[in-house]
Amino acid sequence: MPSFRTLFDRYNWQCVYDDIYAKTETDVAAALQRPVRTLDDFKALISPAAKPFLEAMATQAQRDTLQRFGNNIQMYAPLYLSNECQNICTYCGFSLDNKLRRKTLNPLEIAQEAEALKTLGFRHVLLVTGEANATVGIPYFQKVLKQLRPHFDQVSMEVQPLDEEQYRQLLPLGVHAVLVYQETYHKDTYRNHHPKGKKSNFYYRLETPDRLGRAGVHKMGLGALIGLEDWRVDSFFVALHLRYLEQTYWKTQYSISFPRLRPFSGGLTPKVEMTDRELVQLITAYRLFNREVELSLSTRETPHFRDHAFKLGITSMSAGSKTNPGGYAVEPQSLEQFEISDERTPAQVAQMIKHNGYETVWKDWDTILEHA
Amino acid sequence: MKLKKNSIQAHLPKGEIERSQHPTLVASPGGRERGGLQIANRTFNSRLFLGTGKFSTVSLMKDAIAASGSELVTVALKRVDHQDTDDALLSALSQNTLQLLPNTSGVRTTREAVFAAELAREALQTHWVKLEIHPDPKYLMPDPIETLLATEALAKKGFVVMPYIHADPVLCKRLEDAGAAVVMPLGSPIGSNKGLRTYDFLQIIIEQSNIPVVVDAGIGAPSHAAQAMELGADAVLVNTAIAVSGNPVAMAQAFRMAVEAGHTAFEAQLANSQSKAQPSSPLTTFLDA
Repeated sequence: MPSFRTLFDRYNWQCVYDDIYAKTETDVAAALQRPVRTLDDFKALISPAAKPFLEAMATQAQRDTLQRFGNNIQMYAPLYLSNECQNICTYCGFSLDNKLRRKTLNPLEIAQEAEALKTLGFRHVLLVTGEANATVGIPYFQKVLKQLRPHFDQVSMEVQPLDEEQYRQLLPLGVHAVLVYQETYHKDTYRNHHPKGKKSNFYYRLETPDRLGRAGVHKMGLGALIGLEDWRVDSFFVALHLRYLEQTYWKTQYSISFPRLRPFSGGLTPKVEMTDRELVQLITAYRLFNREVELSLSTRETPHFRDHAFKLGITSMSAGSKTNPGGYAVEPQSLEQFEISDERTPAQVAQMIKHNGYETVWKDWDTILEHA
Repeated sequence: MKLKKNSIQAHLPKGEIERSQHPTLVASPGGRERGGLQIANRTFNSRLFLGTGKFSTVSLMKDAIAASGSELVTVALKRVDHQDTDDALLSALSQNTLQLLPNTSGVRTTREAVFAAELAREALQTHWVKLEIHPDPKYLMPDPIETLLATEALAKKGFVVMPYIHADPVLCKRLEDAGAAVVMPLGSPIGSNKGLRTYDFLQIIIEQSNIPVVVDAGIGAPSHAAQAMELGADAVLVNTAIAVSGNPVAMAQAFRMAVEAGHTAFEAQLANSQSKAQPSSPLTTFLDA
């Protein structure tokens, strides 16, 4: 059975780091010239040496994205179902050791939240939870999916990693995409930030996309949380992971997110700061590396950044996000997972997108396509 | 309304002898064909088909369709709200002159394709379907096996089936036997704008086909469209090259002219570039002796 672990264990963090930081402007220029880019080209594009090439990278990334995805931006919203969590994650507002009132939405509350999202225009929804298997496990997800599926055209999940068999139970209920971010591919740093709970198992998380691929998911989302470790090295591993998965599970579609650590109530300061310029470098480098991967930009980023950067490779955006269970209708005042930066309404964001000559796509899937 | 199988008219063979025997395809003095392109029970005067994705606004799409002169447009089932009569895309396309061709983009198997086609028939009031089965979401490569099975199943159910496939001559003949209304071989990967990278295979397909050949995918410039038409394609389908261009309306018009030029050139029979007069025939002069 194929596993990314086999490939991953052949890499050494420090060697990748040295490689990236040794890249020269000549390497970057060569990478830009190539019609199909290698992982080595990707290293050059995310290296400090690529700094003077940012405009050229942006130009090419914009062109490639337009050709593949057209003048379209897909719109989605997260729907936080629960903030119960048995894990300690040093950077997360839902961490077990963080004092906040725990809440898991009941069917009535879910209906209220769904209604609020529909009123805002959303047809694609991303279900988010912490990790509390006793209360928010497979039976809960089954109930929620059955309840929500008729109300949205696309339902995706960002929940705790599950076993292959569990994915096989959930996917037929209409789960389109499953997002599982590795947070960091640095094993020691990972251990430090996840000292307790099921999440502390680095390899179980690392092999989650393999389990999803075997279970036949339509789309999966990858990413590293930016701020825990050197973002260039972490992003290289995301690219490596993506390439491996595309070759292994060729029927699955992929998306990448690049969340920058945001402050939350009682949280930690990022070890590594990533500037806006560097985030644009990363977004365009992903696009130049892979023309077909979906790139998602969330409300973690500021309006100023989003209004400009979305044209440089992005394919989907959230808007008006609430990161607390019940945030849309049930109890808007409860504590969030993290503070969002773009507080505009979905309508305002859609207006901005249209103003820039793009069409907002609220529906790009249909339940009928899941008739297996 | 269900279509009887025998009303799916087979297109005429393209060989020159057969062509001259058929009255609707006799070239007029100006070199223009009098008869249009016949698919099932419809005749198309325009041989340019358009995809409706990737445009920046619905109104721009509408203007581009008008400028293209196209009478057939594809629409992704997954993009439209078939329960909502006010769906922006569908409203924009609801002109009597336009043949809507729902595509099954997103399905991965025969079973899903048949289900999607049946829903499209009910929702969009058309029994025409563009069969797109690409289990590979990266390059959107069509699955030949599932496509053949689905074509067979849908043709039996009375659909006008227009399958998107590789430029595979044998597959095209098999699809013809299975009841496809047309075949839609690709010129190069979808959205790639690379032109007719499958030129040699398209040539064989066009030569052998008894049903219309619509070159789909990869056409990136009016010159590519003209080239396909000169080769004898019955129509071309274009989306990215128009929708993502600097001026979609002007580009739609350019494609319209290119398709007409290419088709007219095909009908007029291109002069053979090899047939130059030779000053002498060194290899065969011995026969004159």
